[in-house]
Amino acid sequence: MAKVYGAVTVDSKRCKGCDLCVVACPCDVLKLQPKDVNDRGYHYAFPENPDACIGCAACATVCPDACIEVYRVRE
Amino acid sequence: MKPEDIIKPENKVYSRPRLLNDVNTHYCPGCSHGVVHKLVAELLEEMGVEDKAIGIAPVGCAVFAYNYIDIDWIEAAHGRAPALATAASRLNPECLVFTYQGDGDLAAIGTAETIHAANRGENITIIFINNGIYGMTGGQMAPTTLLGMKTATTPYGRNSELNGYPLAITDLLARLDGTCYVTRQAVHTPAAVRKTKAAIKKAFTNSLEKRGTSIVEIVSTCNSGWKLTPAQSNQWMVEHMFEKYPLGDLKNVEHKA
Repeated sequence: MAKVYGAVTVDSKRCKGCDLCVVACPCDVLKLQPKDVNDRGYHYAFPENPDACIGCAACATVCPDACIEVYRVRE
Repeated sequence: MKPEDIIKPENKVYSRPRLLNDVNTHYCPGCSHGVVHKLVAELLEEMGVEDKAIGIAPVGCAVFAYNYIDIDWIEAAHGRAPALATAASRLNPECLVFTYQGDGDLAAIGTAETIHAANRGENITIIFINNGIYGMTGGQMAPTTLLGMKTATTPYGRNSELNGYPLAITDLLARLDGTCYVTRQAVHTPAAVRKTKAAIKKAFTNSLEKRGTSIVEIVSTCNSGWKLTPAQSNQWMVEHMFEKYPLGDLKNVEHKA
């Protein structure tokens, strides 16, 4: 069976730290920064566990600020 | 495989829609408006109708929609978006005209305009964001507020004796002969977002093909007004809002009567 690899990038300047992507991710890839904040004071999301990503784009679909880009490779 | 091997332009499967302007929205973190804006921008791009789309912005949280989506917009007086949309679609019959309204705008001050535009069967799409509260002005009771729901103006919960009952205006609109497609959707999960996108696409297609008025109600959250986190708001919406506002198509006919 083909293996799927995925990766996400988060525009940390645009992210408002709403946590919806973290809840939507089926593979627990994303997490909010525990201490760091962006210019506007939000704990932005970042891929804490990038190897688990399958590129399903669930996080990007529910992101209200359209700050997540998703990449996917099939091998 | 390392992320830097995967993050290449040819592997991109999801990115920010081109029609969303490069600005930060003023919406609160986790607001459903952002998701719906994104869907509208994606659809206008996919359907190739950005040149002939006219959006009518409301008064409410979405008042600055014209700053966020790069198409032609008209800003309406409070509640009067369907009246402006009537004019825009009659004068420019080749255009895709849609309004984007909240519950305070559409179901309170704009009830008459909404009902009469739908009753005339104007070839417009109405996107209706229903979060059961006046978000922009600080969380006061709206006509769609649920019974028992606490807001700034009903601190002990909405009481039917004093405040009347929640208004399911989409159910009213589905009974009118002028409407061809009336649906109620939500954007709390990835699956729901995809269904909402399909619903808005169908509504836009109906408007372009002059089949009558299409209404897409999107049951939404207002985490600031509800005093919950975005994730808790979605949970609260599933547990409470869907009982009064169940999801699904209320009307789906080929053409207005």
